[in-house]
Amino acid sequence: MEAFALTALEVEALSLSLWVSGWAVVGSLPAGIAVAWVLARFKFPGKILLDGLVHLPLVLPPVVTGYTLLVLMGRNGPIGSLLQKTLGLSFSFSWKGAALASAVMAFPLLVRAVRLSIESVDQGLEAAARTLGARPLRVFFTVTLPLVMPGVLAGVILAFARSLSEFGATITFVSNIPGQTRTLPLALYTLTQVPGGEAGALRLCVISVLLALLAIIGSEVLSRHLDHRLRG
Amino acid sequence: MLDIRVSRRQGSFQVNADFKTQNTGITALFGPSGAGKTSVINMVAGLIRPDRGRIVVQDRVLFDSDRGIDLPPEKRSIGYIFQDGRLFPHLTVRSNLIYGMRLTPPDRRCIGFDQVVGLLGIQHLLERRPARLSGGEKQRVAIGRALLTSPRLLLMDEPLSSLDEGRKEDVLPFVAKLPSAFSIPILYVTHAVDEIQRLADCLVLMESGKSIAAGNVHEMIGRIQCRVVVGVSDNPSLETC
Repeated sequence: MEAFALTALEVEALSLSLWVSGWAVVGSLPAGIAVAWVLARFKFPGKILLDGLVHLPLVLPPVVTGYTLLVLMGRNGPIGSLLQKTLGLSFSFSWKGAALASAVMAFPLLVRAVRLSIESVDQGLEAAARTLGARPLRVFFTVTLPLVMPGVLAGVILAFARSLSEFGATITFVSNIPGQTRTLPLALYTLTQVPGGEAGALRLCVISVLLALLAIIGSEVLSRHLDHRLRG
Repeated sequence: MLDIRVSRRQGSFQVNADFKTQNTGITALFGPSGAGKTSVINMVAGLIRPDRGRIVVQDRVLFDSDRGIDLPPEKRSIGYIFQDGRLFPHLTVRSNLIYGMRLTPPDRRCIGFDQVVGLLGIQHLLERRPARLSGGEKQRVAIGRALLTSPRLLLMDEPLSSLDEGRKEDVLPFVAKLPSAFSIPILYVTHAVDEIQRLADCLVLMESGKSIAAGNVHEMIGRIQCRVVVGVSDNPSLETC
C-alpha cells in the first residue's frame, strides 16, 4: 500500500491543480457565456475574426499561447504592467498566471459548448418573452440562460478538465515553481526528469486519468438530468 | 381601435397591408397560407420591422416610419398567442402565467389571475410543466399568459391549427368568450372559414401579401366563398369595418 500513498509534494500539486482550474473556469465563465451569446445571436463585421481569435488556442502550439501571454501579460508586457499599476494585479510566476493560461487554453471548449446550446434554443421563445414585456437582458437571464444550463454545465466541466491537463502554455508563461505554478501535469513531468520518480509519476498519471474520467461522466449525468427536467 | 398601414419587402415577397377597424371584438385576418398574415401581425407585435408605414392601436402610435417611432415589443402592450404555444419549458404553468403579469406595472393590471385561470379552466394544471400538457391545454395556458399582461390588443396566429380536429373544441369556446369577458380586441389570423363563422365579427382579406378587402363578417363571408369558387380578384378598395 505504501506505493499508493501520495507524497506531500504530490498532494500539493493536486490541490494546486484543482485550485488553479477552479479559478480558471469561474473567472472565464461570464466572458465565455457572453462571447458565446454574441457569436450565436448577432451578425456583425469582424465576427469571423472574433470566432477565430477565440478558437486560436485550440490549434496553436500551447507554447505559442504561453509565450504570447508572457509578452502581453508579463511584468513588462503592455497589459501586464497596466494591470499591475492600476489594480495591483500581477500574473507573472504565480498561480494566478497558471489560472490565466489554463483559462485561455480552455476558453474555446467553453465557448463552443455554450454557443451550440444557445443556438439550439428556439428563438420563438425569446420573441414570446419580449411580447410579454421582458427587455432583451431579462429575456437572456430568465429564458435563454436557464434553457442553456445543460450546455453551460457541459462546457464548465469540459473546461475544468482541460484546465487540469494544461501544460505547455503554463510552463512557458509562469514556469514550474513548486506550490505556485507546479500543477499536476508539471509535477508529473518533473518526476519523469529525476531518477526514482517513476512511482510518483505513475500515481499522478492514475489520478489524472481518474479526474478526467470523473469529469466526463459527471458532465454526461448532469446534462441528462437537466434535459430530463426540461422535458418534464 | 386599430389602424394599420405597413409595407415590407421580404426577399422577393412584398407585404402591403392597409386596414382600419373599430371592432372591439374579434377581427379575422383571413387568407391562404403564404398570404403574409403572420408577417402583418409580427409587425404589429414589433417582432419584425416594416420598411414603411404606421401602426396605431387604441390611439397609441406603435410604429410610424415618418416620425421615426418604433416601440420595441416589450413596450407595445400587445399579447401574442403563437401557433405553437411557445410556453417556457423550464417553468411550471403557474410561472408561465405570471411571467408577463409581474412585468406589467400594478396600476396597468386590469385582469386578475383567478379570473383568467377560472375562465380558461386551467386550475388543475398550475403545477405541471408544459411538456405534460395536451395541445389544447398548452394553447389555453398561452392565452392566459398573454391575457395576464392586460394587453391593449390580442394577436392570435392560427392558435388552433396545431390541434387535431376533435381537440379544437378544447380551445375554440374559450376564445369566443374572451372579447366579452375582458373587452380586449383580438386580431385573429386564420385560413379556416368555420373558425371565422364561429368567432369573428369583422374580416380582413389578404392575398399574396396584400390586404384586398375588409368589412363586416356577414357581408364578407359571401365574397370569400365566391372567391374560393371563382378565384378572381375583386374590388381592391378597403372599407372600414
